[in-house]
Amino acid sequence: MLAANRELIETINRRNVLRGAISLGALTLLTGCDVSEEEPVQKALRAVSSWNDRVQATIFRPDHLAPTFDVSQVVRPPRFNAHFDIEDVKPVDGATWKLELAGLVADKRPWTAQQIYQLPEQEIIIRHICVEGWDYIGQWSGPNLRSFFERIGADLSAKYVYFHCADDYTESIDMATALHPQTILATRYANEAITDPFGFPLRLRTSTKLGYKNAKWVKAIEVTNTFTETFWSEQGFNWFAGI
Amino acid sequence: MHWTNAIAIFIMIGSGWKIYNDDVIFGWLHFPDAVVIGKWAQYGLQWHFFGMWIFVLNGVAYLAYGIATRRFRQKLFPISIRELLATVSDALRFKLGHDDLTHYNAVQKILYLGIILIGILIVISGLALWKPVQFSELAALFGSFQTIRLVHFLCMSAIVLFLLVHIALALLVPQSLVAMLTGGPVVRDEPMSVADATPTSSG
Repeated sequence: MLAANRELIETINRRNVLRGAISLGALTLLTGCDVSEEEPVQKALRAVSSWNDRVQATIFRPDHLAPTFDVSQVVRPPRFNAHFDIEDVKPVDGATWKLELAGLVADKRPWTAQQIYQLPEQEIIIRHICVEGWDYIGQWSGPNLRSFFERIGADLSAKYVYFHCADDYTESIDMATALHPQTILATRYANEAITDPFGFPLRLRTSTKLGYKNAKWVKAIEVTNTFTETFWSEQGFNWFAGI
Repeated sequence: MHWTNAIAIFIMIGSGWKIYNDDVIFGWLHFPDAVVIGKWAQYGLQWHFFGMWIFVLNGVAYLAYGIATRRFRQKLFPISIRELLATVSDALRFKLGHDDLTHYNAVQKILYLGIILIGILIVISGLALWKPVQFSELAALFGSFQTIRLVHFLCMSAIVLFLLVHIALALLVPQSLVAMLTGGPVVRDEPMSVADATPTSSG
């Protein structure tokens, strides 16, 4: 059978495909020499990740609400996650803290914590999903971001909203997500002020993004049309990170 | 199509194991670094969300081809219990015939049909995992988020088990590999249709 097909086999480029697959496998299995880190490979993978950003923006449903849950399902305290351990959290002083505003915003006067506490609050009991795979149900309250933007005269047609944090973390979300009805500037968890490890005095909480997009210890919000990489996207995690 | 799928499956399983390791479902199960794709979590994720396009696009093309050419109907059906018992009995007595590679026995039919359905389920559960809010109606069919993860994991396990048997048997019947590399034996099935007249075994 082999002999009969020899001529055919030699011309078939399927063999090359197979050889390619085996080489790819061998390369990937070499420990300590991850092919993902090779510049052309990483460039290609990031290009696909950017393509996936566009796909996610397309399938995003601006008014579709995430499932909400009963208060009895709320986990207390919430689960900690950051790019450092919980012992290394540097508490923010709520008395001197101010929320700065930057970029395409008409009224850039900073806000004190007391001023923010006086704004109307919205409560959402939603599922937090981490990119690692774990999840929990949390009860968050604070001003709705869209209402806050309307109040400060933010340009709602801008593309991005950046959150600059006290721990030098930066995250950004697309404007459609910022304007989603379940996107809030959370100041409370389970009806108590958010504690230090979870972003006191103010953090972002949106029902449509993975955990890492929900910036904690926010100290400035910037509305802009300019894209810059964020803490995790710079390291190769997907930027849009929608759920 | 088969080899494109093989590459996609290889990428999806290796990177999926990397992603799994970040938050294991079973405390006793961690995949060793030597068998996962991606040294860091973000690389595993990048590969997974790249491989998904190959797997899904190739899979959709395969299903469309199988249905349009009636290949599935001819190759995978009908599945009769009697034939199934006969095949199992033949296999146990080492009398399984491989003379006609174009004809699937009852066990093959069930396994191939089953793995196609598992392939569809792993995509659906993957979609629900990726977008549990945008596709919340789909995610709700599974129950909790962790249930979706478990279903996705079990589908992977089924595919790995299938692959072990699939590869072992292909190696035991070397002429099937030759057929796969060359585009398949010339089909003399009756009745001969246009689709069957072209080499298709590697599809």
